[in-house]
Amino acid sequence: MTAPALANAALDETAVALPSQEPARVARDSRPLRLITCGSVDDGKSTLIGRLLWDTKAVKEDQAASLQRDSKGKQNDLGLPDFALLLDGLQAEREQGITIDVAYRYFSTDKRSFIVADTPGHEQYTRNMATGASTADLAVLLVDARVGLLEQTRRHATIATLMGIKQFVLAVNKIDLTNYDRSRFEQISHEFKELALSLGVRQVTAIPVSALKGENVVYDGRASMPWYEGPTLIEVLELATTRSAQTVGFRLPVQRVSRPGESFRGYQGTVAGGSVKPGDSVVILPSGMVANVTKIVTFDLVRNAAVAGDAITLVLDRQVDVSRGDMIAAIDSQPMTGLAFDAQLVALQAEGIQPGKRYWLKSGSRRQRVQVQPISQLDLKSGKWNHADELPMNAIGKVHLAFDEQAIFDAYEQNRTTGAFILIDPDTNNTVAGGMITAKRAAIGGIHTEDSRVILSLPADLADQLMATEIFAGRREDAEVRRLTAARAIEIIDTIDE
Amino acid sequence: MPHTHPETELHNPQSTKPPLDPHLKALENEAIHIFREVAAEFERPVMLYSIGKDSSVLLHLARKAFYPGRVPFPLLHVDTGWKFREMIAFRDEMVEKYDLDLVAHTNPRGAAENVTPFTHGSALYTDIMKTEALRQALDAGQYDAAFGGARRDEEASRAKERIYSFRTPDHRWDPRNQRPELWNVYNGMIRKGESVRAFPLSNWTEVDIWRYIQAEEIPIVPLYFAKKRPIVERDGMMILAEDPRLELLPGETKREEVIRFRTLGCFPLTGAIRSNATTLDDIISELETATVSERQGRAIDRDQAGSMEKKKREGYF
Repeated sequence: MTAPALANAALDETAVALPSQEPARVARDSRPLRLITCGSVDDGKSTLIGRLLWDTKAVKEDQAASLQRDSKGKQNDLGLPDFALLLDGLQAEREQGITIDVAYRYFSTDKRSFIVADTPGHEQYTRNMATGASTADLAVLLVDARVGLLEQTRRHATIATLMGIKQFVLAVNKIDLTNYDRSRFEQISHEFKELALSLGVRQVTAIPVSALKGENVVYDGRASMPWYEGPTLIEVLELATTRSAQTVGFRLPVQRVSRPGESFRGYQGTVAGGSVKPGDSVVILPSGMVANVTKIVTFDLVRNAAVAGDAITLVLDRQVDVSRGDMIAAIDSQPMTGLAFDAQLVALQAEGIQPGKRYWLKSGSRRQRVQVQPISQLDLKSGKWNHADELPMNAIGKVHLAFDEQAIFDAYEQNRTTGAFILIDPDTNNTVAGGMITAKRAAIGGIHTEDSRVILSLPADLADQLMATEIFAGRREDAEVRRLTAARAIEIIDTIDE
Repeated sequence: MPHTHPETELHNPQSTKPPLDPHLKALENEAIHIFREVAAEFERPVMLYSIGKDSSVLLHLARKAFYPGRVPFPLLHVDTGWKFREMIAFRDEMVEKYDLDLVAHTNPRGAAENVTPFTHGSALYTDIMKTEALRQALDAGQYDAAFGGARRDEEASRAKERIYSFRTPDHRWDPRNQRPELWNVYNGMIRKGESVRAFPLSNWTEVDIWRYIQAEEIPIVPLYFAKKRPIVERDGMMILAEDPRLELLPGETKREEVIRFRTLGCFPLTGAIRSNATTLDDIISELETATVSERQGRAIDRDQAGSMEKKKREGYF
């Protein structure tokens, strides 16, 4: 099916909702699409991925032979091998017939390559589902056509939404076991549409699927379901978009300072948002010092510009104090800094999240101590946020974060790197939560976030002249000078005049 | 050898290569990010270097990650004594060319007891000369992080690996007790004695590796290219027959065939494939139409069901 034809098909009633202005003619995105499959136990997730691998010819002959061998006695009445065995590679998984841990699989079609995170359905392994969702562009939610939506469907859809996934595919699986019942499919699609809308998800495509028989996965299922005219799963995946570039300005969390010799000092990290080029003015946080970019160094060449995702080394025009954990950011679009933030998080370990406990928080390359105060927990049945003093394992909660020293964040909605964090239990070193910054708060428990330093924003040469005068010589500690280019200083002065 | 001086090298005159396609660029960026993160968070990192194509890519990425500085950790080669001769020559050439620190380790017990793949069988041999040797070397160096070139597409239990794979003080991997890994935020906090194996190539596939080698012009061991070589056929595998320690069994004969290797390990346990692929283009097109997976030539994966998982639990890479 061609791209425009698919767009038309998606307008069909089987597509629950569509993005408002998704152009069908955009140049194909050659980056791999990361997707996650989720759903309840026995919805057939592993079978679906196995089928995707099988039908896209990602299973080689020797692997197929092992599969046939391992499937002995487990073949279904179609005589097909147990595709789930391609996925559940651990001995314990095979013994119990379940998926314990997230597994990553790779396959491709002529049009695109895919990384799929196959995640467990059991509630006790929700942390692995959250792990897979954190990096995914799209979520495939499986529902057993005979059973319909379950609490686990709501849990997974909610976590996927929290993690910022905006594209959902509802795969109504085992449709063959309902005699390809169209009204059953439409009823489930409708129910899911209600759920998706309540979560604020607009882009959902519902597909009736038999993973076992391979209908509407890679090959269409018209022979059995002439009433379905929408896309197959692979067609939706081929046209899905990868994570969009984020709207906030340049961000570089500093991973390492590179000092191979006296003459070179570079700041190494991966651009987490926006872009940068030589000549740009940047601010170093949390110190607030200002500098200009002189060079962007990579192994192959000195570059003219770097964009989000690029792993680079940045050279600045002056000696400033920058260390691992600092952030270099666009001067006119800075992240939030403060001692208190609000966040949402998913509790990932048995001990849950305890009120007032001091955890380690790691965001980007910055690690600092934080006190976590639960506020509320999401009730997955009602969709309501109820007051909570602590958060048990698998809970989705809202919390306050209180820091001892300046924290640096963007809202997760605006930047999925600088807005995300993990919590580490200092007693066990285990990762106990994944979190997303929602907003800054002014104060918590009497801790005030604003300090009282004087900040001077001046053209660089003027700033240096001023600091050299006697008046400022003894007061450098009190004043923080943000050195700007002359043009930027004039811009600021102009806004003050208004 | 003097360390390269950064200022003079910043404009790389050889950068006439076309830019990487976005897929490989994304994989490269991710790997560099992981390298820098581990180097910054751990006190004594080391890079496992097995001289194969994945190791070659790993080394290239390490050089990129720390440029214009040199690679800030040593390379560790667990030498079983049964590697292809061309591999050892290649290793020494790389170390010299790129000014690297190399630690080569052979299990002294295995050497003293003359453990060979022929006398002890592939499973016991691998256990002593690879797993035990690796643990010895890691303990001796007190390394708290070890980079490896493992990819999740290689094998079913590898598909479950984290980027940071947590290991107990006795190097054990417990698949049920791995840390959740969200976004690209890695948890590198460990207690004394514990360690992390870090896998920057986790999300690469075999084709990605070859396409990257081609795009970046990365040197690899010549055994990957087809050539007429002496072989014997044993246990359904074609084994390279140029090492004098390989004794022919009754009924076996040496003959010449045009072959190459798709994967490189110890020569008695690595099967060659019939191939005329003499260039990277040939290899890539051969791979794209291949009907068997990469590891079908590796005896150690097939010792028993769940073989790789078992080895990993015991500390194998």
